[in-house]
Amino acid sequence: MSFTSSIKTLWHKLGSPRWFYQMSGPWVIGFGIAALVLLGVGAVWALGFAPPDYQQGNSFRIMYVHVPAAMVAQSIYMSMGVAGLVLFVWRMKLADVAIAACLPLGMVLTALALFSGGVWGKPTWGTWWEWDGRTVSTLVLLFLFIGIYALREAIEDAGLKARASALVAMIGTINIPIIKYSVEWWHTLHQPASFTLTEKPAMPPEMYLPLLVMVLGMYAFAGHNIISRMRNQILVRESRTHWVREAMATGG
Amino acid sequence: MNPVRKRRLYLALFLLLAVSGTTAALMVALEQNINMFFPPADVVAGVAPTETPIRAGGMVLEGSVVRDPGSLGVEFVLTDRAGAEFTVAFEGILPDLFREGQGIIVQGELKEDGLFAAREVLAKHDENYMPPELMDIAGHQNQGADS
Repeated sequence: MSFTSSIKTLWHKLGSPRWFYQMSGPWVIGFGIAALVLLGVGAVWALGFAPPDYQQGNSFRIMYVHVPAAMVAQSIYMSMGVAGLVLFVWRMKLADVAIAACLPLGMVLTALALFSGGVWGKPTWGTWWEWDGRTVSTLVLLFLFIGIYALREAIEDAGLKARASALVAMIGTINIPIIKYSVEWWHTLHQPASFTLTEKPAMPPEMYLPLLVMVLGMYAFAGHNIISRMRNQILVRESRTHWVREAMATGG
Repeated sequence: MNPVRKRRLYLALFLLLAVSGTTAALMVALEQNINMFFPPADVVAGVAPTETPIRAGGMVLEGSVVRDPGSLGVEFVLTDRAGAEFTVAFEGILPDLFREGQGIIVQGELKEDGLFAAREVLAKHDENYMPPELMDIAGHQNQGADS
């Protein structure tokens, strides 16, 4: 089987909620275990063993929560945008399930990023909140998550709900590069990025390795959380089909 | 791809492009109006308006910090290291990163006599983190840089 034809097969399989449900059981467990181990090890390492910063002392450790929350929240939004495009063009049912499943965690992590940023900003910058490019664009991200959630609650018709939220999710992705480059385009109080997936981190290994573990752990947690939600959604939506009744009867 | 999907894909791409373009135009327009802080030269030269809330920034001049022993009051000099400097008076808790040589943004009012009465003092820090021992090895070469 050639590469393109195997991609096509996967594409068609992804269109089937039943296939996704049956495949994803082990993924939930795998991501769950990875999240527990990584976040556990990362938290102890970051809070107990990583050295303090020469200027900020221990308050820089807030970074170990702030950076993973902000990074994963933006990644969740990007995935939602891609799901939005897939739904808008191909009307794939699973994409709508994915959008619905991304919203709660995305909202919580964005709120956590803003809150931990405030807690960090108070002792170091001297302010909880400053209207600079980075903080405002992150606030917009929170409003996008909340807005799409509210939109979905407000529309009764399932098809319209799916298309409307897909459109907003897709167009809102414009905000993601704005968040990323805000610290470079404008003079902001927020410092430029210390940790990206593509560049050498601006700190020694004993500081960035725990951060890397925390970021990976947060991604694993997001995988666990979102796939579990998608599975639940699939069961609810397909509850009248034969295969769901059968799966429920056998406990699988 | 069937024609209906193709049309929807083009519509989606068009929408994305149109909204990106609008956003970019908006940001370019707003950039001209972003109220940045006044550097020390502008404060000294009288470019900065007096008796009205503004932001000013500069580096804390070494040896200029005078604390009032009886209160939280503090006075210090902000400089651009090029001859322009002005005195700031502030009463309250300074951020942890406030220190001599540090880049600082103050919010408040410039008085007619040239004294800056600050309501808020903000410290900027950079994206580099380092343990104290390594910093000693580095010989304090970063400290005092515009961070």
